[in-house]
Amino acid sequence: MPDAYVRIEGVTKTFGGAPAVDNVSLDVQRGEIFCLLGGSGSGKTTLLRMLAGFETPTSGRLYIDGQDMTGIAPCERPVNMMFQSYALFPHMSVEKNVAFGLEQEKLARAEISERVVQILDIVKMGAFIGRKPHQLSGGQRQRVALARALVKRPKLLLLDEPLGALDRKLREHTQFELLAIQKRLGVTFIVVTHDQGEAMTLASRIGVMNHGQIVQIGTPLDIYEYPQTKFVADFVGSVNLFDGRLVEDEADHVRIRSEELGAVVYVDHGITSAPDVSVSVAIRPEKIGIDRTRPAGSENVAHGRVKEIAYMGDTSIYIVELDAGKLVRVTLPNVVRRAEDRLTAEESVYLSWHASSPVVLTR
Amino acid sequence: MQALGKHAGRRFVVAVPYLWLIMLFLIPFIIVFKISFSETRMAMPPYAPLIEWRDGAIVGIKLYFSNYSFLFTDRLYASAYLYSIKVAAVSTLWCLLIGYPMAYAIARSTAAWKNLLLMLIILPFWTSFLLRVYAWIGLLKSNGVINNVLLWLGVIHEPLTLMQTDFAVYVGIVYSYLPFMILPLYANLEKHDTTLLEAAADLGARPWRAFLRVTLPLSMPGILAGCLLVFIPAVGEYVIPSLLGRTDQLMIGRVLSDEFFANRDWPVASAVAILILGLLVVPIMLFQRVQKGELEARP
Repeated sequence: MPDAYVRIEGVTKTFGGAPAVDNVSLDVQRGEIFCLLGGSGSGKTTLLRMLAGFETPTSGRLYIDGQDMTGIAPCERPVNMMFQSYALFPHMSVEKNVAFGLEQEKLARAEISERVVQILDIVKMGAFIGRKPHQLSGGQRQRVALARALVKRPKLLLLDEPLGALDRKLREHTQFELLAIQKRLGVTFIVVTHDQGEAMTLASRIGVMNHGQIVQIGTPLDIYEYPQTKFVADFVGSVNLFDGRLVEDEADHVRIRSEELGAVVYVDHGITSAPDVSVSVAIRPEKIGIDRTRPAGSENVAHGRVKEIAYMGDTSIYIVELDAGKLVRVTLPNVVRRAEDRLTAEESVYLSWHASSPVVLTR
Repeated sequence: MQALGKHAGRRFVVAVPYLWLIMLFLIPFIIVFKISFSETRMAMPPYAPLIEWRDGAIVGIKLYFSNYSFLFTDRLYASAYLYSIKVAAVSTLWCLLIGYPMAYAIARSTAAWKNLLLMLIILPFWTSFLLRVYAWIGLLKSNGVINNVLLWLGVIHEPLTLMQTDFAVYVGIVYSYLPFMILPLYANLEKHDTTLLEAAADLGARPWRAFLRVTLPLSMPGILAGCLLVFIPAVGEYVIPSLLGRTDQLMIGRVLSDEFFANRDWPVASAVAILILGLLVVPIMLFQRVQKGELEARP
């Protein structure tokens, strides 16, 4: 892809011999929101800090808008960063904080104040222009930090856990505002987060990181519905993983026998693998149905006993113990307000799923 | 009963320093203040009582303001005061210029280095202050270490006059008081969040600009505390100018001691002391405000 706005080529960063980022290559397109998703220590923040210029790659190269970033100081890069801690200057007012970046460009005073007011209006902080950071709430600080990073009109904005310090309600609200602002200003976003919900709603594409490497890149739907490894399946959302053996591998279907599941899994698409290998079957909790009576068909059905029920309001989570002892998580929407025949603990149940639901993982 | 005991303990803890300050600061201060309004006498004590008693009744109070007016008529005092302030101010500036980079470097070094470097800052206190000032005589005198080395190197052909100069006083004060500048500065700089500097760099500020706009203003409380901790004692400094300084221009501390011991004019000496205090009240109040602000700014 020649048009890649950000190109990361074989970048490695080691700290004291241990690689924090391990030979990562990645292209991010103009106008995209790309999320680096991973746990702590996965190298996602190090990668972001290398783009900002705070860390130097041990090897490999970074290009932004076709320009090699090697040896270019942070203050000269065409990027801005929104810090996880926001890093607002505590001795400056909101106005001074936002104006700081423009003052470094030696712009005329009138233009600076005009652009400051304009960006503060966009993030709906115009009324707080004279406040100091310690007089603001967490959500307001987040907006000021965003305004300060955006006021320089960067082509690329790096966001380090942008919603991490906000409470749940504010997060959801801010997520959609962030999307609206991104669309309006046409800035390319690279977001680092450990929160898969945040990644799902914000990202046009997600790169899942583990041990310094990007293990899968794809749209949120790709990542969730077609995980390529057990790690991705498990890290993004919750999943039930069963060990099994491949007993039949045809072009249009496979059969997997799983002792843990006590059933044969029939999957309606083929995989390319050697026969009789060990595989894992991943089934999302919301893709499993529960019945008291045995559904028709002999495959894709397992028997167990309800162990625990967690009522979440919109959904309920059922933990079912299979006959082989394996615990399975099932999520069902609470469609009916008052169900007389709601499942109770210790009931004997049958679990079933559609042939398109399981994902077969060889790694 | 237990609550009462707790309160008693609390009161005791507060009472001890208060008692200490009242006994050893307030009462002596009142005595000095009183003496400054007395008449000089060739007796023991060498001043007349303020209040005349006869048959258990007060028959008269004599307040002599002449001790103070005397300080304004003899130019010696005014010049000693001004010289002391100048010496203290210049020394404070040098302490700041030397101490700031040192404090900054210590605050930015790794934990192991930090302890070692702080240790080195405090180490001179293990030797007597007087001894360390005397050591400077050995360095600065005309056949001292500095002159000998410079002569040997051929930089100079005649020994420089370093002793009994303003320079020697500055060297002595800056050397002695530098830790009082470094420690409060270090305490301030050490708390700084380094991501603020990253944010400044990210917004396009070069390191020097980032320092001027972010680090320097945020370290203002430390700068003020350090400057006042150096300036206030330096104004009344007695030992350093006596040992290293000029003989034709005295600092006010020396004047004070001469009035007490050489002239045995206790009332004038007391008036000098009260005026020094009056002079220092402003910076001392400033210092307290800064400290208060520091405490309030803490989350």
